[in-house]
Amino acid sequence: MTTPAADARLWYAQRLSAMVLALCVAAHLVLIVAATHAGLTAAALLARTRGSAPFAVFYGVFVVACAIHAPIGLRNVAAEWLRWRGHAADAVWIAAAALVLVAGGRAVYAVVAP
Amino acid sequence: MTATIDVRVWRGNAHGRFVHYPVPRRASQTVLDVVTHIQRHLDASLAYRFACRVGMCGSCAMSVNGVPRWTCRTHVEHEVRGGTLELAPLANLPVIRDLVTDMTAFFDKWARARGRFEGATDRTAPVAVVPPASPARRAADAGIECIGCGVCYAACDVVTWRPAFLGPAALNRAWTLANDVRDVAQDARLAAVAGDAGCHACHTQGSCTERCPKHIAPTAGIAGLKRRAARAALRRAP
Repeated sequence: MTTPAADARLWYAQRLSAMVLALCVAAHLVLIVAATHAGLTAAALLARTRGSAPFAVFYGVFVVACAIHAPIGLRNVAAEWLRWRGHAADAVWIAAAALVLVAGGRAVYAVVAP
Repeated sequence: MTATIDVRVWRGNAHGRFVHYPVPRRASQTVLDVVTHIQRHLDASLAYRFACRVGMCGSCAMSVNGVPRWTCRTHVEHEVRGGTLELAPLANLPVIRDLVTDMTAFFDKWARARGRFEGATDRTAPVAVVPPASPARRAADAGIECIGCGVCYAACDVVTWRPAFLGPAALNRAWTLANDVRDVAQDARLAAVAGDAGCHACHTQGSCTERCPKHIAPTAGIAGLKRRAARAALRRAP
């Protein structure tokens, strides 16, 4: 269970992360389409991403925004559709945030680590 | 136009059933006229609420063919489908009997949203001048005609999903007071209407605005409360 002030902070966090995601998803899609059209191989892609600070920052921000946005959405879905609220529900969406952060962080590390 | 309407009316409390009544069609007949005909001529035990019959008191709202409406201003000719009409108590409120709901939770939420004016002066102070064209007064004017009928509350899915949600009417009331320049409880009111039980739970689906018989837009007021709460949060931690 959270306080109204904490609820409001989560709401703002989800809206702000949505704004970040809107930009990240658009850039990511453009990147995918461009890479596909250029016919780049996995090795050629990794050659561009490994050791690249811009790629690390961009996808790092992307993962953090996902880790904030999606679990808060899951929290709302659980509360409204499953009537599941309280400490146990909070633990699950916080765990989901941690999972996205760790899994996403590992993926970013794998493609940008030199 | 068929000579009679097959009216299905909810009878009983939460565990009731629909009962059929044949009601004669008449010119300019309202849904409230239909209910009154049933009670006066077919079944005197039917419970329903009404008072003014002219769209002022907000007491005759009920679900007409699954849609919440003020029945005194709802014409049968616009609602009847294939000669039938279905009348039920408002959704999202406990049913007392037949078409009568318990509005306690609805009005308690107005109090929880700090829906009463809180001034700093007494009656000896000079009358406050509020220019009618000022943005705050216009924003308050847009929501001030609420008659408390509960139609928006019954139309709101978020109320169904989150029983603690204050609902469109209480939040609209809070918004009119948030735009009252004489009111001195603004921060406390914003705190009362923030969070999962308040304005931040609204999905902006607009059912309240779609259904409000007074053409008020609670959705816009709720968005306004979100903006005010954000500004207050930037000023200081909420």
